[in-house]
Amino acid sequence: MFDTARRYRYEEITPSKEIHGLIERIRKDSHNAFITVNADEAFEDALKADRELDDEKENALLGVALAIKDNICTKELKTTCASRILSNFVPSYDATVIERLRKNGAIIIGKTNLDEFAMGSATTSSFVGPSKNPWDTARTPGGSSGGSAAAVAAGLCAGALGSDTGGSIRQPASFCGITGLKPTYGTVSRYGLVAFASSMDQIGPMTRSARDAAVLYDAIKGYDPRDSTSIDMGYNPISLDPLDMRGLRVGVPDVFFADGLAADVHKAVDSGISTLNELGAEIVPVDLPHIRYGVAVYYIIATAEASSNLARYDGVRYGMRVAETEDLMDMYMATRSKGFNTEVKRRIMLGTYVLSAGYYDAYYKKASQVRTLIMQDFNRAFEKCDIIAGPTTPVTAFGLDDMIDDPLSIYLLDIYTIPANLTGLPAISVPCGFDRDGLPVGMQLMAPALREDSLLGTAMAFQEYTGFHEATP
Amino acid sequence: MSKEIYDVVIGLEVHAQLLTSTKIFCGCSTDTGLEPNTNTCPVCMGMPGVLPVLNKRVVDCGIKLGHATNCRITEDNIFARKNYFYPDLPKGYQITQFDEPICTDGYIDIDGKGHAKRIRINRIHMEEDAGKNIHDVDAPYSYVDYNRAGVPLLEIVTEPDISSTDEAVAYLKDLRQLMQYLNICDGNMEQGSLRCDANVSVMKKGAEVYGTRTELKNMNSFRNVQKALEFEIERHIGLIESGGHVVQETRLWNASSNQTFAMRSKEESHDYRYFPEPDLVPIVIDESWIAEIVQKLPELPREKRQRFMQQYSLPSYDADVLTQTTGLADYFEQCAGLYDRPKEISNWIMTEVLRAVKDEQTGLKDFKVTPGMLAGMLVLIRKGTISGKMAKDIFEEMLSTGKGPEEIVKDKGLAQISGEEELKDVVACVLEEHPAEVNKYRQGKTQVMGFLVGQVMKATKGRANPKLLNEIVKEMLS
Repeated sequence: MFDTARRYRYEEITPSKEIHGLIERIRKDSHNAFITVNADEAFEDALKADRELDDEKENALLGVALAIKDNICTKELKTTCASRILSNFVPSYDATVIERLRKNGAIIIGKTNLDEFAMGSATTSSFVGPSKNPWDTARTPGGSSGGSAAAVAAGLCAGALGSDTGGSIRQPASFCGITGLKPTYGTVSRYGLVAFASSMDQIGPMTRSARDAAVLYDAIKGYDPRDSTSIDMGYNPISLDPLDMRGLRVGVPDVFFADGLAADVHKAVDSGISTLNELGAEIVPVDLPHIRYGVAVYYIIATAEASSNLARYDGVRYGMRVAETEDLMDMYMATRSKGFNTEVKRRIMLGTYVLSAGYYDAYYKKASQVRTLIMQDFNRAFEKCDIIAGPTTPVTAFGLDDMIDDPLSIYLLDIYTIPANLTGLPAISVPCGFDRDGLPVGMQLMAPALREDSLLGTAMAFQEYTGFHEATP
Repeated sequence: MSKEIYDVVIGLEVHAQLLTSTKIFCGCSTDTGLEPNTNTCPVCMGMPGVLPVLNKRVVDCGIKLGHATNCRITEDNIFARKNYFYPDLPKGYQITQFDEPICTDGYIDIDGKGHAKRIRINRIHMEEDAGKNIHDVDAPYSYVDYNRAGVPLLEIVTEPDISSTDEAVAYLKDLRQLMQYLNICDGNMEQGSLRCDANVSVMKKGAEVYGTRTELKNMNSFRNVQKALEFEIERHIGLIESGGHVVQETRLWNASSNQTFAMRSKEESHDYRYFPEPDLVPIVIDESWIAEIVQKLPELPREKRQRFMQQYSLPSYDADVLTQTTGLADYFEQCAGLYDRPKEISNWIMTEVLRAVKDEQTGLKDFKVTPGMLAGMLVLIRKGTISGKMAKDIFEEMLSTGKGPEEIVKDKGLAQISGEEELKDVVACVLEEHPAEVNKYRQGKTQVMGFLVGQVMKATKGRANPKLLNEIVKEMLS
């Protein structure tokens, strides 16, 4: 993004030429990163940006091409959630983040692929088929924001928005060698983000560098009266200077390096932590005793909320409807059976089950209590440190043909990313090396609530010193 | 049937549509009478990605009613989702309150048979209304109008303290009156802004365990509530007396056949899968919020009734009638500020005014006879300018023309003849015209006096002051 803005400023290229070029590339691209390309509107907006650049308006986002995950509503631009049930859905309004980006002159170049309703870790359950990892097209870009990650990694846009409910920004960022920020819950408005699990969903930037992520985060964050869970934190832009690492305490929990962590990932993350140490940070051990329940707690709360959030796709008001049916109940069942994929149906059923009479206390209520314990773990840990570091995922991008047929094993891959969603804490994934196959490895940094400044500052310091984020496939 | 050996147990659930200007979770107006689906937005239509934002005025209404019904106001309020599928429910769930309703543990004292009866209120909670399904317009299709979706409701749930149909209706009337006084609900059962469901069971007197209950729905007037409950009580007793048993189920009242019909049994009842609404943060109602609302609360019916009896020396019956609505009470008090005989005002309001308001169907707000006009008319009676009988005509005239009493009297030349000289002239003429009757009187047949007075009245078109006229006739005959 900074690079694009710089080329505009030095008149190396105009926004309209840049956008035109990108649209040509997207059309020829084979990563299946986009569901909808917003060619006409993007080009029109680029022409407008051409004129506004002449007025010497200072704005890092003016005329910059952004890709938007297709579960974020865009006015008069199809928003499908990669689901057959919303395959024809055109929102009548812009999400708050889209309004803010447009106001900053950013250009919405297209809507990116995802796992249906953001439920998944591989962008394989989409009704338009899987996206591919630019580092190895036989592999997944991760998920659920796999389309956004692939688009950024393949250079099809300057930056992208993803959404993260259990790691859906950070895991694909890690798989695709880019930077992905899951902000503190409540800092970015959810208005217009199609809900998966309301108490954990958060929109965030996916970019090449932490500096770009900071610019994009600044543009989309801030109080929104249309989102009751949004936090009013006043106006405080993120500093674009790297944080001085001297004296910073980086906590490293043992539990993040336990069984199941691939050796190459372990090595790359270790060396990343050593880099922070070399930059002056103090490395301290921290304990997160309840993390081991994280995946179980997450898949109870997330599915419970999802089962309710997805009830509105009933074929009555919008979206797909199977019309040739006997009666109302028949129409509901036929529409939802045909409209949703296997994974979404699995989660709706799980969520319905855990909320059912007689099971609520044993599942949902218990999970909410453990969620509180996990929050307390982090509160205690952050008394000892300023940043927590570890791997983003236990493995690097896996092959699209190696897709494990066991949902539980897939769910367990979210083990490192889920805690940030359960607690609402901010977390970022930054590239920290490669495995033996040349696939990117991501390091996850976490910070206390609302400390995106130290989180991004640390990531910038790391990226100033390392070049992993500049590597391209 | 041995009805006397049974106790009746009734609990009521009332849904009250609130008179806020906007819906509970979006900025749409609460006007539901517009073209179908024109009073909607992405939020109340449940479009993908939208979020609810609570209208604080709804909380105000809850605090008002909670205070007026002696409830405890909950400090930490949370909303919950009630999940079920129905076309009129845009999101597939209703946002309501479950574990922590805004008000708990209150009561209303109603007038039972000659004594006050306390009906305890279990809870009052805030929730959103659904849309309306419209059938049979274009069969086999049905339509849905979402104008009503998201209109705020308070649900008021009693304990099973009601032991007769009369008490049920008395409770409903008192609750409605309270909400009208608080200006939070217009209380129109026919139009559905006040809806009542009832749980009813019977048990032998002295029994310790409640009988099996049924839930009644679809009763859209006080009369229907009464009839449906009476029907259901008879049905329960009939079943038990004939050796059968009551099945726990939901039943619909059919007002044309005057019967209840089974709608769904307990086994078919929904599992609503309540859980805390993650899109809304807890609403904290602190002392200062309550104090602010309570400070602005109007005088409530019970207090007003008491005051009317004391301040205006009115009988309790009059006070009861005059305080039915704040509008009527205000009307009375405005009159009383202009004319100092409250009982006379009360008599006129309870007869002529209420009848006219009912006939005109305008409501008191647009009622043509203003308090100033009514008081003005009473002043004219008292001054002797018009008689009580003439006043009724003047009242009708005010009602149809909207003109003031003085103006009508002047225009129509209706003023009473109270001048002695003027009357004497007329009496003299009449006596002259009827010498035979005058003679009869003087011979002792005093009953002809009535005839002579009547002749004078006829000649003056009824305008003669009756009292004065009697005196003059008597004097001139002797």
